[in-house]
Amino acid sequence: MSEIRTMLAETVNRLLADIVTAEMLTKAEQGDWPEALWRAVEDNGLTMPLVSEKNGGVGCDWLDAMVVLHGAGRYSAPIPLAETILASWLLDRADLQPPMGPMSFASGAENAELQFKAVGTNWQISGTAERVPWGSTVEHLVVLAPMAGELRVGLVKKGCFEVTSSQNMAKEPRDTLVFNNAPVELVGVATGLPDDSGRLFGALLRAIQIGGALERSLHESVLYVNDRTQFGKPIGKFQAVQQNLAQLADEVAAVGAAGTAACAVIDMALKGQAEVDMVFRIAAAKARASEAAGKAASIAHQAHGAFGFTYEHILHFSTRRLWSWRAEYGTGDFWAEKLGQQVVDIGADNLWLHMTATD
Amino acid sequence: MQTFNFDPVELPPAAATLRQEVREFLIEHNAQRSPLARAQSWSGSDPDFSRKMGERGWIGMVWPKKYGGQERTSFERYVLLEEMLVAGAPVGAHWVADRQSGPLLINFGTEAQRQKYLPPVTRGEMFYCIGMSEPDSGSDLASVRTKATKVDGGYLINGRKIWTSGAHTAHTMIALFRTRTNENNRHDGLSQFILDLREPDGTDLKEKNGIFVRPITSMLGEHHFNEVTFEDAFVPDTQLVGSEHNGWSQVMAELAFERSGPERYLSSIQLLLEMIKSLSDNPTAQGHTAIGRLVAHLITLRQMSVSVAGKLNAGEDPALEGSIVKDLGAVFEQEIPTIAQQTFGVEPTLGDGSDLEQVMGFLVQNSVSYSLRGGTREILRGIIARGLGLR
Ligand SMILES: Cc1cc2nc3c(=O)[nH]c(=O)nc-3n(C[C@H](O)[C@H](O)[C@H](O)COP(=O)(O)OP(=O)(O)OC[C@H]3O[C@@H](n4cnc5c(N)ncnc54)[C@H](O)[C@@H]3O)c2cc1C
Repeated sequence: MSEIRTMLAETVNRLLADIVTAEMLTKAEQGDWPEALWRAVEDNGLTMPLVSEKNGGVGCDWLDAMVVLHGAGRYSAPIPLAETILASWLLDRADLQPPMGPMSFASGAENAELQFKAVGTNWQISGTAERVPWGSTVEHLVVLAPMAGELRVGLVKKGCFEVTSSQNMAKEPRDTLVFNNAPVELVGVATGLPDDSGRLFGALLRAIQIGGALERSLHESVLYVNDRTQFGKPIGKFQAVQQNLAQLADEVAAVGAAGTAACAVIDMALKGQAEVDMVFRIAAAKARASEAAGKAASIAHQAHGAFGFTYEHILHFSTRRLWSWRAEYGTGDFWAEKLGQQVVDIGADNLWLHMTATD
Repeated sequence: MQTFNFDPVELPPAAATLRQEVREFLIEHNAQRSPLARAQSWSGSDPDFSRKMGERGWIGMVWPKKYGGQERTSFERYVLLEEMLVAGAPVGAHWVADRQSGPLLINFGTEAQRQKYLPPVTRGEMFYCIGMSEPDSGSDLASVRTKATKVDGGYLINGRKIWTSGAHTAHTMIALFRTRTNENNRHDGLSQFILDLREPDGTDLKEKNGIFVRPITSMLGEHHFNEVTFEDAFVPDTQLVGSEHNGWSQVMAELAFERSGPERYLSSIQLLLEMIKSLSDNPTAQGHTAIGRLVAHLITLRQMSVSVAGKLNAGEDPALEGSIVKDLGAVFEQEIPTIAQQTFGVEPTLGDGSDLEQVMGFLVQNSVSYSLRGGTREILRGIIARGLGLR
């Protein structure tokens, strides 16, 4: 691991382990904004790892940022940390300086009518974006929309759009935003990114966060089965329980590796290796993670018995996120079909060539 | 922190060069093999093919030059293996010697043993088999009972090995025998030996030496493994590998090689490739989803497998990570035939039918063994559970 990666991992784990408690998560689900948590992650430089130094960031690569995203998933951080990391990076790609404060992103590739319009020297945005994570909460929103063969990126301030609130299963905000000639504060063109970057990188965020939540589910399960005694011994001593948790560990390991493979390839692509196929790896990572989420959540709950079915136990904060995240930005099957189509286009004779081209 | 680290590994430039050479070699020497033959994967064996690989310096390529090796990196060997496996090349004859017996001799063998038993392997002229399992000792390997009794100048072997792949063709066997009984410690008193089964020219030595091989036909009707009986078989002292009674720790080191390679997830790759071909001719959304899901697994498993190779290369012990890859790998290898059948609605066949049908027919059956050989699924999951702190 690079030095910066180790440092980011230590920072995110230390901060979130201390601050994100069951009480905080409960309050956040009731609509409380955990300002202290946000301050801590922002003050410690965790919100803009991917932003270049000239735009006020740390200038890390995706493999580094992955540890922060993983940590956000692991601790169920009830703030738009992953979204801000992506939003700030998208601005940076368009050579715009990201503002401080929580951000999210909405993309015109899935919300087809989201459109930029030039009005004199200013820009406006119109249209509707559905299920925008933390759309009601954030200070700024990054809007992406393909326009005239380019991917246009704009920054819109809170209050410049209408919000209809909704939530996912984990009670994270997923809001519908309506833009009606909303003024765009900063605008630019992101280079080297595909039109559907909102969904694509959204899927990557969720794949990595799933890896974190899986890791937490495994951790909680190991603690629980070593502690809970039945038939005169810890249930973790029963082979059936051990074999289940080994499978949970398999899934944790696989999702971590799938995310790593995707991040490694994105880093290569961004360093200018044009032949590198980001979509291929991100699709694989999200398909693999979404599949693992359901399987692992059910193993973790099985190991926890009825205690894990209570609101009081912390496990559900992870598993409800797993069930939500596996569907967000494309289900496992959505990405599997996309990947499968691409594989058939590549052809049986060239598949391995394609897979090994990025070594 | 992440519990498991499958760090990305950057393969050295020499590996990329080698990959290209191997691809060219395979176009010349493997292009004509049928998909069904390729589906044999690393069980498929062809001594001529092994000799051709030997000529290229591709067997024992990481071994010291003085034993016929090339002193190449383990990453280069890894790349060679995965290219051979994906092409379905007939690498079975030399596979176990290259993978585990050679490294065993390099780590524990005497100088004389290395001089005699390694160079012919690298030329593709000497093939090994592994005598560990016995009728009453499968997963519980420490319970082996075949006895090596000390006599003047050597040992007398009595007992029986079973499931010994390739014992009927191999020149050499690495066998695990009991040299003493220690009531307090089952792991004590096991010893490894290197046995001559054939002369280098192929002349059979077995019966003369008191070793009797009986074929065991697999459920596919193939002769792959055997029962091997020892009746007062004399083995000279020179054939003891490593230290007497200390075979257990040597075998554990050997199993780390046996379990961690790319063959533990690529055994059904030919069927996946046939599925992709069929889908190109007749695309369906269901087919794309099925293939995409499997390729997502393939990409993930390769990432994990390369990372394990990286750990081995760095001198770390990836026993836990290796067990995870083998466990997930066997699930993947076994899922492919099931999913092929669901997706294409064709009947698996034997002997005739399309390539897809035949490869499916072979793998539906053969893949049941993939979660047995080299350590069963349950044993691997036990190792993983121990890694989690549950045992
Ligand atoms: C194709 C093939 C080739 C082989 N080649 C060789 C070879 O060349 N040389 C060689 O020495 N061996 C070889 N083997 C043998 C292989 O190593 C054994 O099959 C394996 O170790 C399992 O032993 P077993 O078959 O006796 O099953 P058993 O150990 O009897 O197991 C049967 C079932 O019980 C389960 N089980 C056993 N113990 C436990 C436990 N403690 N907890 C939970 N479940 C348990 C197993 O997981 C399995 O599901 C080969 C096997 C196959 C299938």
